[in-house]
Amino acid sequence: MARRTPLWDRHVALGARMVEFGGYEMPLQYSGIRDEHLAVRGRAGVFDISHMGEVLFAGPGAEASVQRLVANDVSRLVPGGALYGVMCTEAGGIVDDVIVYRGLGGDHFLVVVNAATREKDVAWMGEHLLPGTEMRDVSDLTALIAVQGPGALDIVAPLCEGEVRELRPFRSTGARVAGIDARTSVVSRTGYTGEDGVEIYIDADRAGELWDALLDAGRDHGLVPAGLGARDTLRLEAGLRLYGQDMDEGVDPYSAGLAWTVKLAKGDFCGSDALHRIAEQGPPRTTVGLSLEGRSIARHGHRVRDGDRDAGEVTSGTFSFTLGHGIATALVDPASAGRDRLDVDIRGTMAPATVVPLPFYKRSRS
Amino acid sequence: MPDLSGYRFTATHEWVETVDGGVRVGITDFAQAQLGDVIFLELPEVGATLKAGGRFGVIESVKAASDLFAPVGGRVAEVNGGLADAPERVNSDPYGEGWMLRLEDVDEAGADLLDEAAYARLTEEAAH
Repeated sequence: MARRTPLWDRHVALGARMVEFGGYEMPLQYSGIRDEHLAVRGRAGVFDISHMGEVLFAGPGAEASVQRLVANDVSRLVPGGALYGVMCTEAGGIVDDVIVYRGLGGDHFLVVVNAATREKDVAWMGEHLLPGTEMRDVSDLTALIAVQGPGALDIVAPLCEGEVRELRPFRSTGARVAGIDARTSVVSRTGYTGEDGVEIYIDADRAGELWDALLDAGRDHGLVPAGLGARDTLRLEAGLRLYGQDMDEGVDPYSAGLAWTVKLAKGDFCGSDALHRIAEQGPPRTTVGLSLEGRSIARHGHRVRDGDRDAGEVTSGTFSFTLGHGIATALVDPASAGRDRLDVDIRGTMAPATVVPLPFYKRSRS
Repeated sequence: MPDLSGYRFTATHEWVETVDGGVRVGITDFAQAQLGDVIFLELPEVGATLKAGGRFGVIESVKAASDLFAPVGGRVAEVNGGLADAPERVNSDPYGEGWMLRLEDVDEAGADLLDEAAYARLTEEAAH
């Protein structure tokens, strides 16, 4: 039986098509993936992402524990600051990709994990905690709503008590939103769409009020509810990875193109010995962007060909509504990653693809 | 709802309509709604011969690629060329502008077709 987020009844009332994702019954789409995708690129969309897991770390050992769990360097986080990182196995495979926040008080940390991996992650974290750390899975108490798009701040900022408009990317602040008194109400300038916007953490039992207030405030800004379908096409255009599809425990962060999140210089952490070795020897595979001609869609698991040789496989693929052609990411042999062109075997037909740098889409900053 | 009394349907959600010079073939409103935004269609060439129940193409939506099955047999006399540039017509008008093929020399051998009421029952069951 799939779990429901606190906003389930609202999705159903809006006519969303519901699907199971990460153990939750989630909205795939409301009006349609294309509409929602283009709304987020042009105006704004609101997403229920309450399926994401949140794990709190407190106590004198909290920083050292999170530093041990995550390959990025959390010591440089200021209070309210966030970073993207991966947790790795001793062999250097990715356990999950996460966002880490240093709490506003400075001494606790919040790690945001994927829904599908939450239980595995919590067990993994528990096994690798250092003394003096209290860990608490607060996922079921916490709802998460994202507002994304060029109009997002114009919708959210007037509802907030606090300096939300001045927040820099990857910073968060405690702020009452829409006058809702919640124990937790944190506005973070983060997202998974490649657009400007915020993600708001709020008590699960107040999430409905926040959702309603956001939709209400967004009415004159063209805000639409957006589902997981658009979230996936948006994140892929923005070159962002999806755990379970672009990476798993069989993929190291160098192969996944996430070397920038691995800070070997910070000292020992889970997987650091293996990651040192991979960094020296070079990763077994390389993540590349593929731009396809026309409307052919490469999909997860399709083989990539380099001439008459198998070069690897597509990890994510879709039709880019912004660019008007197919896009994909693939894990390929390092030798093939340097080619200008590769082919994707789409059901027996070789679809020519140009190797392009990620991301496929970058918003223009005004 | 358009008048579908002249249409017959398959359990795999294609429709067939008798027209001057043969039949037209497409997919149902239920099918397009399940697929979501249609991006791409792989359709046979004019002149190809189809067998009832045989695979005649692929329809790709953002979510997935699905096979298309011929409701009846016949020779492909015309392919809806408009779908190459505007596949979204399958979503917006599945029984009209979203038609896919016109077949001649129609052969109903092996065809398993449902009338409108029987197809409606099928989709109601699928929705539960």
